[in-house]
Amino acid sequence: MLRIVLNALRTGVVTTRYPAERSEPPSRFRGLPVLRPGSSLPPPAVCPTGALSEHREAGRRHVALDVARCVFCGRCAEDPWAGAITMGRDFELAARSRADLRIEVVADDPAAPAAAPARDPDAEAARASSEIHRVLGRSLHLRHLDAGSCNACDWELAALLNPVYDVRRLGVDFVASPRHADGVVVTGPVTRNLETAVRRTVEAIPDPRVVIAVGACAASGGIVGEGYASAGGVDRVLAVDVYIPGCPPRPEAIIFGILVAIGRLEARRLSSRR
Amino acid sequence: MAALRAGAGGSVEADVGPRPSDLTVRLGRPGDLPAAAAVLIGPHAMALATVVATDETVMPDRDLKVRYVFEPIAPGAPDRFVTLLVSLDVAHPEVPSLTTAIPAANWHEREMQDLLGIVPVGHPDPRPLVVHDGWPPGVFPLRKAFDGSRRVPVVPAEEFPHLVAEGEGVFEIPVGPIHAGIIEPGHFRFTSVGETVLHLDARLFYTHRGLEKRMEGLMPLDAFYVAERICGVCSVAHGLGYCEALEQIAGIAAPPRARLIRSIALELERLYNHVGDIGNICAGAAFHYGTAMGMRLKERLQQLNERLAGNRFLRGLVIPGGVRLDLPDDLLGVLTTTLQDTLAGLDSLMGRIEANPSVVDRLDDTGILRRQAALDLAVAGVAARASGLDRDARREHPHGAFADPESPDLRVVTAADGDAMARTNVRALEARESIRLVGELVRRLEPGPLGVALPETLPGGRIGIAAIESPRGEAVHWLRTDGGGRVERYHLRSPSYHNWPAVALAAETAIVPDFPLVNKSFELCYSCTDR
Repeated sequence: MLRIVLNALRTGVVTTRYPAERSEPPSRFRGLPVLRPGSSLPPPAVCPTGALSEHREAGRRHVALDVARCVFCGRCAEDPWAGAITMGRDFELAARSRADLRIEVVADDPAAPAAAPARDPDAEAARASSEIHRVLGRSLHLRHLDAGSCNACDWELAALLNPVYDVRRLGVDFVASPRHADGVVVTGPVTRNLETAVRRTVEAIPDPRVVIAVGACAASGGIVGEGYASAGGVDRVLAVDVYIPGCPPRPEAIIFGILVAIGRLEARRLSSRR
Repeated sequence: MAALRAGAGGSVEADVGPRPSDLTVRLGRPGDLPAAAAVLIGPHAMALATVVATDETVMPDRDLKVRYVFEPIAPGAPDRFVTLLVSLDVAHPEVPSLTTAIPAANWHEREMQDLLGIVPVGHPDPRPLVVHDGWPPGVFPLRKAFDGSRRVPVVPAEEFPHLVAEGEGVFEIPVGPIHAGIIEPGHFRFTSVGETVLHLDARLFYTHRGLEKRMEGLMPLDAFYVAERICGVCSVAHGLGYCEALEQIAGIAAPPRARLIRSIALELERLYNHVGDIGNICAGAAFHYGTAMGMRLKERLQQLNERLAGNRFLRGLVIPGGVRLDLPDDLLGVLTTTLQDTLAGLDSLMGRIEANPSVVDRLDDTGILRRQAALDLAVAGVAARASGLDRDARREHPHGAFADPESPDLRVVTAADGDAMARTNVRALEARESIRLVGELVRRLEPGPLGVALPETLPGGRIGIAAIESPRGEAVHWLRTDGGGRVERYHLRSPSYHNWPAVALAAETAIVPDFPLVNKSFELCYSCTDR
């Protein structure tokens, strides 16, 4: 017992100060891909999840990236397309709508801005933050729901409870019963075999509830996509309040997304940045 | 061969393959299968490695085929797979069940019944395995005619017929598929008297995503990213297994430096898993100091992963043909320091566990898996070695740097007791061995290329087979290309696939409150079982 106490004292505090202090991922970390307008951007077939798409508009080649689908493999940033796309280190990517996770550039003209997709972001933002913020205040108790993940996102959620991230310091905790929860964090694309369990678990959570889709599979179907055994993303089955891209998102990216969900941080709108 | 022929009523043809050291035996009649399998299991001391069922109705033979792949179980036996191949008429796809004689065949046979409509005649438990919730009868997802991209609606279904014990004072405890903690989904139906578990029926495959079907028709390079994502905590192992099978088909080999880096990655994956698992075992025994320490050590290793590979699960390091990233000297320095600290932390953690009678008491004699049961179920990895089976795919089927002629020596750790304590100790010793191996592998690094290019188009109709020692044990990958060099069929038999039935057996030696501890001491994946 004495040794345990001594060891604990010797270890000291290992907990991160994120989000009060910025977190700098290591140099090899593959975060948000940066598309350089006017360069030879890769053909969509390069992407193993179909996150890249292209179309012609007024004679120009437009290339779009759906960050919700991206698995951050880095293949589109490799030769021969290195430079046209680079893997950035930005990981705080949680957004309130799928449209906010779409980046579009004009591939063959650096000067021409691409049109932002038509959307109504304020409605979604309002829906989530006003009511949920009013009822839940600044604390959030979440239920984890594995809807067919590869377990990487699950392990990152578990890591939020380790001494380094310790989300309880932020008023966030994971609870055992949906009846005790203010919302769910869902991982995985919603498999056919879990669809019933997913619906019933979410229905058991008192209203208003927040639904957070964690990782590429939950946000869009990711590498699994849609098929005989997969719905292809949580929003095919439930309304989603916050999408957290990543394969898997690193623990701090999930913390960012959870704080976005309760209105303590601003969501991202990638489509409005160029 | 003579023994195989003697037992067979039909013709028996043997060929070399898929690899030069392997043998494929084509049985003239499906009815000869039990006798042939008995010869391999008995006199030749082999175990079932995997079963691959395929729809070949669009190929010249116009049939369904099942390949039963066996491997020697003797420690240090030559690297060899023996495949028994049977051809089935698509109008009457029936094959004798092997499950009664070879319990390890159980789930394989139920899976091929669900996904290909191949009936294992005489199977003692032919309940559906992979498909749930009112799956339409007569629809088989792995048949080539089935369009896998279309959703199949969920239909309200009757209660699944669980296998339960009955009697006075016997009650059922349903648990899952959604659990109280942050873990993967599965349903466990306990029948117990008081606290004593009489029987445990585990129903899995909730995370079945149809990934094998998803990979069919993809270019091999595209399918790699799916293979790497079958399981989070086995990303390196499964990515590497797919790559080695693919490289066999392509007739290429990763260069020496790439093979060393692959093995380093594989050991780092084992290390963060084992260290985290020991922490989770502490959670199962309510030893919170140990849990926190295990989590902290694991976190440090995952931060190292992110520095090395750009991903905390080491995704993006291995690619077909070699590795995508080099390990420069500055990162090797970070690697060495982190592993030294991990070793000190692990020794301290194990010291605290061993000095704490309340933890040791929970682990001792809990969840016992007997050696014979481990053998019958072809159990893999830590669970096998903790029950006295000396099996390790790094030695039996050399891969990564272990395929080099002067490969690093490997000390395989075993224990006799087969309980949670034995599995904890085996993990701790293997984690130390992984740290030693990484040191040795790093010392062998010489400057050189990181990869070779895959040919533009791959040879068609070829089979690649690879076995990788993942953190949970041997995973067997089977891959075949079609005429256009695309993925025609891919099958993964993960270690968890063979080990889950062993968890149910071990639970029957325990009380209900100890089940989380038993489960954590096996530490199996649902996702690479369900695929």
